[in-house]
Amino acid sequence: MALINPKKKEVQVKIVYYGPGRGGKTTNLEYINKKFRSRIKSEMVTVKTYNDRTLFFDFLPFDIGMIKGYTIKIQFYTVPGQVKYNATRKLVLRGVDGIVFVADSMTLRQEMNIKSLENLRENLASFNKDLNNIPLVLQYNKRDLGKQGIPILPIETLESDLNGSLKVPYFPASAVTGENVAATMKKIISLTVISLREKLDLGGK
Amino acid sequence: MDFTFDFNKNQLESIENILEEELIGLGVECVVLIDLAGNVIVNLDNGKCEHDVYSLAALAAANFGAVSAMANIIGEEEFSLLFHKGENDSIHFSKIGTDLLLLTIFGKEVSLGFLRLKVNEANNKIKELV
Ligand SMILES: Nc1nc2c(ncn2[C@@H]2O[C@H](COP(=O)(O)OP(=O)(O)OP(=O)(O)O)[C@@H](O)[C@H]2O)c(=O)[nH]1
Ligand SMILES: [Mg+2]
Repeated sequence: MALINPKKKEVQVKIVYYGPGRGGKTTNLEYINKKFRSRIKSEMVTVKTYNDRTLFFDFLPFDIGMIKGYTIKIQFYTVPGQVKYNATRKLVLRGVDGIVFVADSMTLRQEMNIKSLENLRENLASFNKDLNNIPLVLQYNKRDLGKQGIPILPIETLESDLNGSLKVPYFPASAVTGENVAATMKKIISLTVISLREKLDLGGK
Repeated sequence: MDFTFDFNKNQLESIENILEEELIGLGVECVVLIDLAGNVIVNLDNGKCEHDVYSLAALAAANFGAVSAMANIIGEEEFSLLFHKGENDSIHFSKIGTDLLLLTIFGKEVSLGFLRLKVNEANNKIKELV
């Protein structure tokens, strides 16, 4: 849960980018890090293994200014998507306030998307959290590949595979070109902050 | 396991006082109290320390989680001493209760033995507050 500091009048909010390996989570944060440099006061922290795969997480703090007199510090994390890193994925999910699920649009990755979303549901359940009940945005990444003749899933298929019962906001996107990367980020920030409002009202007293 | 922490102003002030007295007073450069989600709860320094405490907190929480998981694999509850020694500065980690972690960054002039003693004292005092 978001940590509220009534003395410094500061709230730390944790937003996690989740999804299958190589889906583009790290690329999302890299784009945000470049595009919004002025709002980011420190370097992006990444714990990578060889081949640029995320070993543990990426971390990017992002300031969005004040709400109800509190400075809101958004902290973006990515998890390592590779199946074998589930223990570290769970560590990163600890205390999560909002989630972006980055799905890979490539037809080849259809099954991996579904499995990864299922894995997210299970991991949240181990913290007594419910996927249906947490701020969540879906991103259908790598849409740009369609133009290069690489088979990608139609949005309708991704929707019925992943968002059939969740019915959360979704964005077709490309983390390499930047298409809808900011829109995805803004949506998850606003959903998460709205869900924290109630808590802030209490904490403000 | 997940958790929520809410500290009120008085608690935060008392924690700051304890850390100031026990650790900054001892000559350490910087102390950061974090939760295991990587949030910074309190940070204090000797005025000469400009570390990025938010990144440090994210890494320390993850590192601690990884080390605890290793402890479990070899049948230990946890490792009591976590300490990274550098040429000039070192970091000491100490778990407080079940969900908090105290990071202390200190230079060569502070002895590890004395630091551990003081961290223990601070630890006991903070545990009573939360
Ligand atoms: N064409 C295209 N390639 C992308 C896109 N997003 C990411 N990639 C590429 O896909 C590869 C994997 O991207 P990452 O961002 O490292 O993926 P990740 O989800 O962080 O992967 P893990 O860290 O293993 O979980 C890289 O080579 C990226 O350049 C996209 O929108 N379009
Ligand atoms: Mg990655």
